[in-house]
Parts: sequence; structure tokens; C-alpha cells
Amino acid sequence: MSEHDHHHHDHHHSELSETELRVRALESILTEKGYVEAAALDAIVQAYETKIGPHNGARVVAKAWSDPAFKQALLEDASKAVGTLGHVSRVGDHLVAIENTPGRHNMVVCTLCSCYPWEMLGLPPVWYKASPYRSRAVKDPRGVLADFGVSLPKETEIRVWDSTAETRFLVLPMRPAGTEGWSEDQLAELVTRDSMIGTGFPKTPGAPS
Amino acid sequence: MNGVHDMGGMDGFGKVEPEPNEPMFHEEWESRVLAMVRAMGAAGAFNIDASRFYRETLPPQVYLSSSYYKKWFLGLEALLLDKGYISKDDVASGHSVAPAKSLKHGTFSMADVERIMVRGKFGRAAPGPAKFKAGDRVRAKNIHPATHTRLPRYVRGHVGVVERDHGCHVFPDTVANDAGEHPQWLYTVVFDGRELWGPDSDPTIKVSIDAFEPYLEAV
Repeated sequence: MSEHDHHHHDHHHSELSETELRVRALESILTEKGYVEAAALDAIVQAYETKIGPHNGARVVAKAWSDPAFKQALLEDASKAVGTLGHVSRVGDHLVAIENTPGRHNMVVCTLCSCYPWEMLGLPPVWYKASPYRSRAVKDPRGVLADFGVSLPKETEIRVWDSTAETRFLVLPMRPAGTEGWSEDQLAELVTRDSMIGTGFPKTPGAPS
Repeated sequence: MNGVHDMGGMDGFGKVEPEPNEPMFHEEWESRVLAMVRAMGAAGAFNIDASRFYRETLPPQVYLSSSYYKKWFLGLEALLLDKGYISKDDVASGHSVAPAKSLKHGTFSMADVERIMVRGKFGRAAPGPAKFKAGDRVRAKNIHPATHTRLPRYVRGHVGVVERDHGCHVFPDTVANDAGEHPQWLYTVVFDGRELWGPDSDPTIKVSIDAFEPYLEAV
């Protein structure tokens, strides 16, 4: 579509990309047809910006580190266990938590699109949705981890979970040493987004953030 | 379909490049695309597998050179055109010039926003007993459907072990084409790295997919 097709619009075309013009046009069409209320679109964006994010997953991980009964329930049925936490996030039915151990490291990918546990971690970062990660994670996970500056002992099993259905995976990282007696709030501060995807570790106590 | 979206195991895409302090959206229009896709899906214009299929059917060169939200936009526009919710004349003029089509769930309004922040339910009653159980050895079938499927190419023909049973779920291969939900048993199936990538593969790697029962055969 060329610029002059939009001469009837009253905004400054020169400052808008072709994509932006097309997106605006589609929004006009959908609202004019009565399919969507423009205010409802604003509210969706606001909800994504404020209600979801890795703080939800971090609270779940911190609770699992602190409460062995919760951890067991989480590993048995993550949707049900997270549901008992009230307002943490509304995860639906198909969340699976997978535990890292000294012998096994878990890493999550979606090779076919970009499936990701939005309710636990927020919207996925660009790298998670981009071709390098999606193509290499299942064949060369150690190489991918090296891109993140992460290395594991060579005998550690690496289990890659390709999210090919509506199940969503949350990695439960290992609790960092030196956190004995810490509160759940303190522990949650150590839980990074990438540690819950399996491309990073939690922060170390006392290390600069 | 054997499209470029099915990229597990491909080489040549380069390093993963994490972006420090990445913003939620890089351009304002990205957030509008996200909202339109969520709203039109919730209003009943399409299901999640149909929206995936329209992104997969973008020309390969477009798919590979478009950002995530650009793909979402292109897929959404193509889907709405194809299903008659918008017309080429609408798109050409940038406004609604053709009559609207009725939506299954009506106008997406403020009252619907809360509802879509909870994930949909994909579990369904079992139409019959499960064919496989944890511990069973299974082969991913060597099949190449030309339409939407969630069986990635890199496992086809390979043998793995059933690890978990997730119950019965909506079957993407049919629901994407408006051919019904046809619920199927869903399993996590684990493959050894060497089974997938050959004897030179790192022996510590295991890869799992979630596989619908029609994707699998007993070994």
C-alpha cells in the first residue's frame, strides 16, 4: 500500500512507517465495523503492561523454595498449586513446573511459534521469539546457553522442553546457596525471568544486580 | 505444513542476542496488534490454532524477515480477509466501506478484557481410552500434513519414550481448519539427543515434545 492511499488521514504520514499506517487502518476498520471497542483495546494493552510479568513466576518459585509441601504440590499439578496462591496470576489449566537438580538442567523453547507461560513470565522477550533460539535450542542447547554466558558441568543432563501443545512450562531453578532463613520476599528478588526459562540462573546473594 | 516456521534443528540463524532492559513493546503499534489479535479471537473470529496457521502460511521470505508482531499483523489481516470479516476495499481505503459480518461472541467490549487475561481451557472429555502410558516406547509418525500440525519435522520417524499423560486436548490439526475439536490424548514424549541428531550429538541432551496421540505409533 502506498503513502498516497492515505491522503484522507489527518496525521503526519512522513513520521509513520508503512506498518504503522497499516496497523492504524486495520484498527479503524475493526472499530468502525463494531467488532471491537477502541477503549477495550487500550484496556488489553494496559492489562498486559501491569498485570502480568516475571514477578508472578518469581513469587511461585520463592514459595516453592520455602515450603516443601507447596513445592511438591507445584511439581504434581502446577495449575492447581498456583491457583491456591490467590491473586498471583490466573494461569488456566495447563501449567507444568519442572525442577532443576544438580544432575539435570531444564530449558524451555517453542520451535514452531513462541509459546511461553505469559501469566507467569509476562510477554516473551524478542530473543525467545526469534529464529536463532527457536532453531538451535533443541539441537545445541549448550551453545545457546553459552550465548547467555551460562555454562553447566559437561556431565549435567540438559532437558529441552519444546512447547508444541497448550501445556506451558515453568522451570523451578535450584535455590541459591547462602539464602538460609531468607523470607519469600527476599528470595523472590533473586529469581530472574531467564532462570525460569532455563537460560539463566537465579541471582547470587550479595552479587551486584 | 512443512514451513519455515518449523525451524527446530536448523542451522545458520546465528547467535541468540538477549537485549538488556528490553521494553515490553519496541513500537507503539506492536501493542495495538497484540490487542487486536486477542480481541478478535475472543470475539469469535478465529481460534488460536487458526491464527498460528495464518502466520505459518506467510511466504517464507516474509516470515523470516518480519518481526514477531509484524507476523502477527500480517497473519491477522490475511485471516480476517479470508474469513470475510474485512474486505480488500476496507483495507485499500483504510476505513470500513463494506458491511460488517456478525461475530460469534459479539463486539469485544471493556467487559470482556478481564476474561481474556485468563488462559483458555484446552482439556476435553476423553472420547476413548489412551493408547499409550508413561514408559511406552513410541515412534513419531513420518507424516507431512500440508495444513496446520504441531508435530515438528525434527522428531518425525524417531523413537522416544512417553513420560507424561496430559489428558485429552483440542486437536490443533483439525480445529485450525474449522474441522472440529476432535479431542486427542496428549503426551510428553522424550527423545535422546543422539536419536534425533545422530551419534555425534552431545550425549547429555534430551528433548521432549508434547505429542497428540495421532502423531504417534507403537514401537
